[in-house]
Amino acid sequence: MSIVFYIISGLSVAGALAAVLLKNTVHCALALTIAFAGVALMFLELDAQFAGFAQILIYIGAVAILVVFAILLTRGSETPKDTVYSRKPVVGLVTAAGIFAMLGWAVLRSQQFLPGSGGTPTATPPVTVMDIGNALMGRYVLPLEIVALLLTAALIGAVIVAMHEKESAK
Amino acid sequence: MNPLTGYLLVAALLFAIGLAGALTRRNAILVLIGIELMLNAANLNLIAFWRYGPHPEALTGMMFAIFSIAVAAAEAAVGLGLVISIHRHAHTTDLDAMNRMKG
Amino acid sequence: MQDTISFTPQLGASTITGILWLIPAVPIFASGIIAILKQPMRKTSSTLAIGSLGFSLLLALIAFAHVLSGWAHGQAVRETVNFTWLQFGTTNVDLGWVLDPLSAVMLVMVTFVGLLIFIYSTGYMAHDENYTRFFCFLSLFAGGMLGVVIANSILLLFMSWEIVGLTSYLLIGFWYQKPSAAAAAKKAFLTTRVGDVFFLLGIVWLFGQTGTLLFYNSGAGSMEANALTALLHQHAAFGLTAAGAIGLLIFAGAAGKSGQFPLHVWLPDAMEGPTPVSALIHAATMVAAGVYLIARVYPLMQAGALTGGTTTALVVVTWVGAFTAVFAALIAVAQNDIKRILAYSTVSQLGYMMAGLGMGGVAVGMFHLITHAFFKALLFMGAGSVIHGCHEEQDIRRMGGLKSDMLVTFLTYTVGMLALCGFPLLFSGFWSKDGILEAAQHFSVSKVPFYMLVFGALLTAFYMTRQMSYVFFGVNRGAKNAHESPNSMIVPLAILAFFAIVLGFIGTPAWPWFHSFLEGRNVKFEPGILIEPGLFALMASSSVVVILGLVLGWRLYGDNTPRPDESDVLERALPLPWKWLHDRLYMDELYGMTVIAFYGWWAQVADWFDRRVWGGAVTAVAWVFGLWAQLNRFLDTNVVDGSFDKGCEELSTGGGLLSRMQSGRVQTYLRLLALAVVALAAILIWSSRA
Repeated sequence: MSIVFYIISGLSVAGALAAVLLKNTVHCALALTIAFAGVALMFLELDAQFAGFAQILIYIGAVAILVVFAILLTRGSETPKDTVYSRKPVVGLVTAAGIFAMLGWAVLRSQQFLPGSGGTPTATPPVTVMDIGNALMGRYVLPLEIVALLLTAALIGAVIVAMHEKESAK
Repeated sequence: MNPLTGYLLVAALLFAIGLAGALTRRNAILVLIGIELMLNAANLNLIAFWRYGPHPEALTGMMFAIFSIAVAAAEAAVGLGLVISIHRHAHTTDLDAMNRMKG
Repeated sequence: MQDTISFTPQLGASTITGILWLIPAVPIFASGIIAILKQPMRKTSSTLAIGSLGFSLLLALIAFAHVLSGWAHGQAVRETVNFTWLQFGTTNVDLGWVLDPLSAVMLVMVTFVGLLIFIYSTGYMAHDENYTRFFCFLSLFAGGMLGVVIANSILLLFMSWEIVGLTSYLLIGFWYQKPSAAAAAKKAFLTTRVGDVFFLLGIVWLFGQTGTLLFYNSGAGSMEANALTALLHQHAAFGLTAAGAIGLLIFAGAAGKSGQFPLHVWLPDAMEGPTPVSALIHAATMVAAGVYLIARVYPLMQAGALTGGTTTALVVVTWVGAFTAVFAALIAVAQNDIKRILAYSTVSQLGYMMAGLGMGGVAVGMFHLITHAFFKALLFMGAGSVIHGCHEEQDIRRMGGLKSDMLVTFLTYTVGMLALCGFPLLFSGFWSKDGILEAAQHFSVSKVPFYMLVFGALLTAFYMTRQMSYVFFGVNRGAKNAHESPNSMIVPLAILAFFAIVLGFIGTPAWPWFHSFLEGRNVKFEPGILIEPGLFALMASSSVVVILGLVLGWRLYGDNTPRPDESDVLERALPLPWKWLHDRLYMDELYGMTVIAFYGWWAQVADWFDRRVWGGAVTAVAWVFGLWAQLNRFLDTNVVDGSFDKGCEELSTGGGLLSRMQSGRVQTYLRLLALAVVALAAILIWSSRA
């Protein structure tokens, strides 16, 4: 494991932690952005350039902005009264810890079965964007169309849900 | 150590952090943030496995991850729209206060 | 002189024997039809009854002719038809009928007298609204009686016996609205029942001992030699053989039906029934059934008797009969009801018949039975005519001087009365009673029955004369416009009067046709026998006795019988004996004090027992059930309901608890989801690990 990996993973984890732990919601959103960036870098590290840039574009460029917008639009009750944590946060922590423990244990246990365990790094896959494009239009055209439909539905749904209800106000 | 293992561990950690955030924070938006983190961790998993898997040229993992990103975006949009709508109605984003489904 | 032909049972029954069963069956069938007729079809019912009995008479005459022709050809006829009714394993319950001289003469007598009385009833009961019911019962009675006559199986005899007893009850209590009639019917039934119990015991014993119910069955019957010898070898109590004991038991049954002392108490009370009933049942036929029964089982009664001697059973029969004869005659002297006098007279004459059977054999007793049937029926019907003419008056002190108003009745009544008294030579009663007296004279055991019977004859003449004086002579103390009865009543009287005279001639010692016929001997006409010293002396002395009685009665009463307010001549002379006799020698009171009282006490005991012991037991059981029910209720309320309620409560609480999961808060749900996922994944991994 190279040092790059450790730096990038540290960044992601730090950002994630910050996103979850900070009191101010906007700070959380910004920390989230850092986490997203870290993940994108990890994608690049894994030779998934398209995925990495897609990550940056969509997650940082859209989702994070969206989150900030939502936070700003729901600012009215932002002052925390008692605490930012819900009742009995221990349960959630324990659960999360449990999941992490289980996943970690599974991964570590099966280390020898995982590919790339021989020590020699596997070769870089010869993947170009053109291949991705061909795949999208060829083999994965149905998922593509469905996702398109989904996005349309989400768009319409989001608009309707968030629309001002003018009629009921009267 | 297997490089794959490292990525998987990081993904697991991210997932756990996201889950912890989703389960413990009061604000609805922060729950959604946690969910996004979880999704990211899953995507990382996918890409890692794609990279170190047997047939990277089949692009299966990459495609999966891309679609996941798209869906995540859509879901974030709808979710946040919902939060805004609830906020308009109840004037709060406190999840503890939203217990009208209490049985 | 007498060739005795033993009865050889014929293997093939003749046609008439084959259809002999119709003789009782047709009247019973007619009775059934009358019972279901739409009421009231008076003409139809009486025609049916008379027609059926007429048909039976016809068949009886044919049967009689058959037997007669057999006898005339020197062949003794005894034909039986037997069949098995039921089978229990190896035991057979057989029924059957027999045609022999005994049953033949009885058949003719019963159907003939019965037919005359039926015709008489159409006139007597003409104004009664229950005319149809009367003929239904009469027909049923006729069928039952005829069944008794032809029965070859003792069981069939008993069944018919019971039918006869039932119809007697129904007919005595015909006017059941009268309490005295209902009570009399009950008394008759219960008293004969006492006798019937003993009879049934005898039947059971006989069946058990001999293994057969049939009297005659080609050598295997209970009245035939094999069975009788077997019975003689069995010993019962009191030094009797089984034959003697069974004979006594059967006699007890006969004593009940034939009104022997002490079971005679029902006969006088039975006069509550209509007069045709008294004539038919309590004079001619039913009471004769007992005598007929003894005649039927005579081989049994006689079994073990040495030649010329007699058996214990027959001695008992004789004594009871003789005693009854005198006892009843004494009571008859002091009675004032026209029918009651005749009733006691019947009891007395039945005693004569029993004594005749005991001392002289079947023929002697049966001859008196036949003649008695005719003249007693005549007397009763005459009394009925008198009652009818005097507008339902029955007390003789309120009658009188009817000889001019009711001439035919008077004449026929005189004939009957003289026959009953035994007026010498011309009247049948003389010959039949003399037969009994002759047998009594030669009775080896004792001469006392003879003297008792002679005394009885004196009394008979006396009280009959008294009755006739009260009723027909003197001044009319009662209804002023007594009238003669209609022809339907008069004609049978005349017919019976004719036979009351004529029948005597078939049984005189000079020509003992009747006796020979019954015993299967040849008969010769020997007028010389009448002048034999022994027989002549007997005839003369009995005539003297009768005439003495008549004269005594006439002297005391004659034409000047006392008025209702005056007391009787004899009563004035001997007040205390008169009172005793008038009060029927206190037999009913004796029964009341002993049997009835005991029964009342026993009923009380049974009541106490029932109330306390069984009632207590039932109450205890009920209490236990109550307890059980309470326990169940407790269990139900507390355990079942309680547990159910508790369960529901727990469910509800549990639901309440579980509903806390539904906090409405998203994060709780998420947490649960996450936990579940963790758990499932752990399981998966753990299981795949192995």
